[in-house]
Amino acid sequence: MKSHYNLLIVGGGPAGAIAARTAAEKGLSSCIVEKRSAIGAPVRCAEGIGREALTEFVKPDERWISAEMKGAAIVAPDGTMMKLESALAGNKVGYILDRKVFDRELVWQAAEAGSDVAVKTRAAAPVMEDGVVRGAILEYCGKVSRVTADVVIAADGVESKFARWCGIDTTVPVREIMSGVQYVLTDIDIDPHSTIFYLGNEVAPEGYLWIFPKGGRSANVGIGISGKKSGSGHRAKDYLDRFIQKTFPKGKPIEFIVGGVSVCRPLECTVADGLVITGDAARVVDPLTGGGIYNAMFTGRLAAQVAADCIAQGDMSKKALMKYDKEWRGSKMGKTIERNWHIKEYVVKLSDEKLNAIIHSAANLNLSEFSTFTLIKELMKVNPKLVIELGALAASLR
Amino acid sequence: MLNVHRDICGYCGCCVSVCPEGALELIDAYLRVEENCTSCGVCAKVCPLGALELVDEKPL
Repeated sequence: MKSHYNLLIVGGGPAGAIAARTAAEKGLSSCIVEKRSAIGAPVRCAEGIGREALTEFVKPDERWISAEMKGAAIVAPDGTMMKLESALAGNKVGYILDRKVFDRELVWQAAEAGSDVAVKTRAAAPVMEDGVVRGAILEYCGKVSRVTADVVIAADGVESKFARWCGIDTTVPVREIMSGVQYVLTDIDIDPHSTIFYLGNEVAPEGYLWIFPKGGRSANVGIGISGKKSGSGHRAKDYLDRFIQKTFPKGKPIEFIVGGVSVCRPLECTVADGLVITGDAARVVDPLTGGGIYNAMFTGRLAAQVAADCIAQGDMSKKALMKYDKEWRGSKMGKTIERNWHIKEYVVKLSDEKLNAIIHSAANLNLSEFSTFTLIKELMKVNPKLVIELGALAASLR
Repeated sequence: MLNVHRDICGYCGCCVSVCPEGALELIDAYLRVEENCTSCGVCAKVCPLGALELVDEKPL
């Protein structure tokens, strides 16, 4: 490890890896520091991503794709299933990844492009000079070192601390943290090419429960519930165990995963002097789906691109780095987050009866494009009242 | 004070994200509680596993 880099990247997930790869390809020196001892582990993810979203960043490879998805289904609180199919029959609409291998692949690509990588290395504090972020104090097996950088990229995930140490409030509101648990279950009867989402206040209050196939008779079976609804005796694990006992009593768990997913609005500002915040640390998870892989890679790439421009011009001030903040907010990703936050706020307030009625209205939907956006649009067509209830938002959905 | 049941904790960081004081830090597989913890209990509420517990007195 060197004592100075153009970019010091805190966190070796998809945001950090794509930032490092992008930086290295632009000829910048960069280093990823990952506090865990292995890239990709432990997994904190349901591992789903859309086909187009994935291919924008990396060519799909069977080494880290667990299963290909061709459809999805939504199950109403009363058990009614609504099937979502692609207008193009047999079309691959998405993938369930093997994040342990996927994350390694992305970091390997960053390393191959020229970035340095350090594992079991923790950024313990920022190096600050007159309020400007200049690097980080790193700890590795008891050894403390000071590494400076032109720009630090905080890609340290949901449990992000780096931005907070730099004076930015990253607190997620309790009602907007999804408290999550997941098993990788095997030896279960499932459709290996369709995801299933279960809704309802009995199943997953203000969240959802999912089955994401992982190949053959295995799947990620997980749940996220609002932090507001969590408490002693009614936690995410209690809800999930009850569901599994009922639905897959003979399923065998081969992995147990825990995690938190933010479904709040992104941080008010995602840059500071010498600092750019990306991915889950910036709270850019899609608030409706809880999906964060694409948004992490998108913000990671943009962070490195903007940082490269700023470094070339010798101005790494907050003002100069604001280009990053403005660009992602104005992007399709940024607009989707804002829109889906409003939809989420509407959906979490729906009663089970109302959810049942909406799902009954359409047993089968053939979607032209596989996204929550087209799903909501199609649901509005068969539920004209939704247009009124969604108010001003509905206009932007048409 | 906040008691971490380390045998239950899944080291996921869910609690860290909601702490209004920034008093929690997940260091690999170790959840650290800083002295500025106000025992507000938000972390204990959201924990997916119930690994955090507010206790009245300091443990022996």
